[in-house]
Amino acid sequence: MLILECPCCGVMADETELAPGGEAHLTRVGPEGSDADFESYLFDRKNPKGVHFERWRHAAGCGKWFHAARSTVTLEVFGTYPAQVTEPPKALLATIAKKVPGWEGWQ
Amino acid sequence: MRRYSAFAIAREALRYHQGWERAWASPDPKKRYDAIIVGAGGHGLATAFYLGKNHGITNVAVIEKGWLGGGNTGRNTTIIRSNYLQDPSAAIYEKSRSLYETMSQDLNMNVMFSPRGVIMLAQTEHEKRGYLRTAHANALQGVDTEFIGPEKVRQLVPIINIDGPRYPVLGGLWQPRGGTARHDAVAWGYARACSAMGMDIIQNCAVTGIETEGGKVKAVNTSKGRIETGKLALVVAGHSSELAEMAGFRLPIESVSLQALVSEPIKPCMDVVVMANTVHGYMSQSDKGEMVIGGGTDGFNNYTQRGSFHHIEETVRALVETFPMISRLKMLRQWGGIVDMTGDRSPILSKTPVGGIYVNCGWGTGGFKAIPGSGWAMAELVAKDAPGPLAADFGLERFREGRFIDESVAAGVAH
Ligand SMILES: Cc1cc2nc3c(=O)[nH]c(=O)nc-3n(C[C@H](O)[C@H](O)[C@H](O)COP(=O)(O)OP(=O)(O)OC[C@H]3O[C@@H](n4cnc5c(N)ncnc54)[C@H](O)[C@@H]3O)c2cc1C
Ligand SMILES: [Zn+2]
Repeated sequence: MLILECPCCGVMADETELAPGGEAHLTRVGPEGSDADFESYLFDRKNPKGVHFERWRHAAGCGKWFHAARSTVTLEVFGTYPAQVTEPPKALLATIAKKVPGWEGWQ
Repeated sequence: MRRYSAFAIAREALRYHQGWERAWASPDPKKRYDAIIVGAGGHGLATAFYLGKNHGITNVAVIEKGWLGGGNTGRNTTIIRSNYLQDPSAAIYEKSRSLYETMSQDLNMNVMFSPRGVIMLAQTEHEKRGYLRTAHANALQGVDTEFIGPEKVRQLVPIINIDGPRYPVLGGLWQPRGGTARHDAVAWGYARACSAMGMDIIQNCAVTGIETEGGKVKAVNTSKGRIETGKLALVVAGHSSELAEMAGFRLPIESVSLQALVSEPIKPCMDVVVMANTVHGYMSQSDKGEMVIGGGTDGFNNYTQRGSFHHIEETVRALVETFPMISRLKMLRQWGGIVDMTGDRSPILSKTPVGGIYVNCGWGTGGFKAIPGSGWAMAELVAKDAPGPLAADFGLERFREGRFIDESVAAGVAH
């Protein structure tokens, strides 16, 4: 069972307490964006077989959104971090790079 | 190819079954093919079959990283139906269902197609109205379905709990020509027919890279070396994003795990397929007597063919409420498959940003039923470099243009 630590309230919550929110760090396209920009913002996804940065909500707990970095192959959780950032913390990226040889980075 | 027949069984019985030949060849890859299909699941193999049968293209390889039929094609619960809501869906799924009717003859392989009928239960007023709408849409599309009342449901499925406390059965959408088939036999039948046409099915060979030149496909790199081709079809279900990444584009696909389970075999007790979308579970009985059970997908991106336990718990809880007599059955096996979900829950059969590369994916939780129709439509797309009428609405451009084929409201449960 997948267990994530909610960085908002500190609870170790299992997946039945959490709601998945999909790929993280997507940049919202404004009204001036082209159709192609909207298409990729709304629909195109990295969907990696490996390290995935994603949004979660502590739905049955504090109710807050947060981020998690997780392997979609082994279900290993590399870490969780607050929602109020536009990219993953440097320290977390360094941990992942050490754990996953050949990983080509988060973007 | 030696044909299978009653006579062949008798002949072999008289000579200790020494004369059966291998169903398909396992050659080493050639240097070049006119078309390469990645993924020997049902959709990839059916695409190859119709490339040969309908378009005369037989210099074809189907490349599979594992064993053929070992992906979702060999992991599904084999429900076949075509009672979708939108016109483009009805067209391709009904074509597919009708091709299942003659598949055993067409492939000279008994795929055990069993048109036993499929009921989708209506257990809320909202769901009932939804199915009435689908029944009317199906009537216009020429798909044979009917909305039936609770009495008829009781007759068809005596073991059902019609007056359950939470979700009484208010009726159902009944498709008498729907049913099940043997999934392995579908994959094997196509593989055998493709091999007989001279196509190469190359198993245990993973595609690891895609070479392009001037915006066009040139070759694939595989664990068995580099192979050139002018046409490349990616038909890899849950691994579509990985292959698209190799070719340098992204897809509107997310991969999640979908599970199923079967019980110990019991005496015949239910001779139709029942889907209960509100409570989220469905069940049929296999020819061996096992109750075949499925439910919903996990919510998060996942490439592990296992799935989360609480989903099974929810599915089984729902089905015990619907069919109280199964409460003491022991479950024999559970497994998962990686399904390829699109936002509108409809498939993608499309050209891509790279010339000569085509994708067939997004069948998600419900593509077993679509194998022959999808292969038919995909072969036309690959052969002519343009979609025919069955595939035309399923192109990638629908996401940019907002022309969704929204089936997510029409079918609330995975199947
Ligand atoms: C539990 C479960 C229940 C289901 N129930 C139903 C149902 O009742 N009715 C229904 O209609 N549908 C159902 N489905 C959906 C159905 O199984 C799929 O939509 C369908 O089988 C997809 O077929 P495919 O040929 O596209 O994919 P697959 O059969 O998955 O084939 C894709 C192949 O590509 C190969 N591959 C991947 N990457 C590579 C690579 N790099 N190189 C070479 N090969 C590669 C894989 O090994 C695999 O064999 C269910 C699915 C699951 C998981
Ligand atoms: Zn919390």
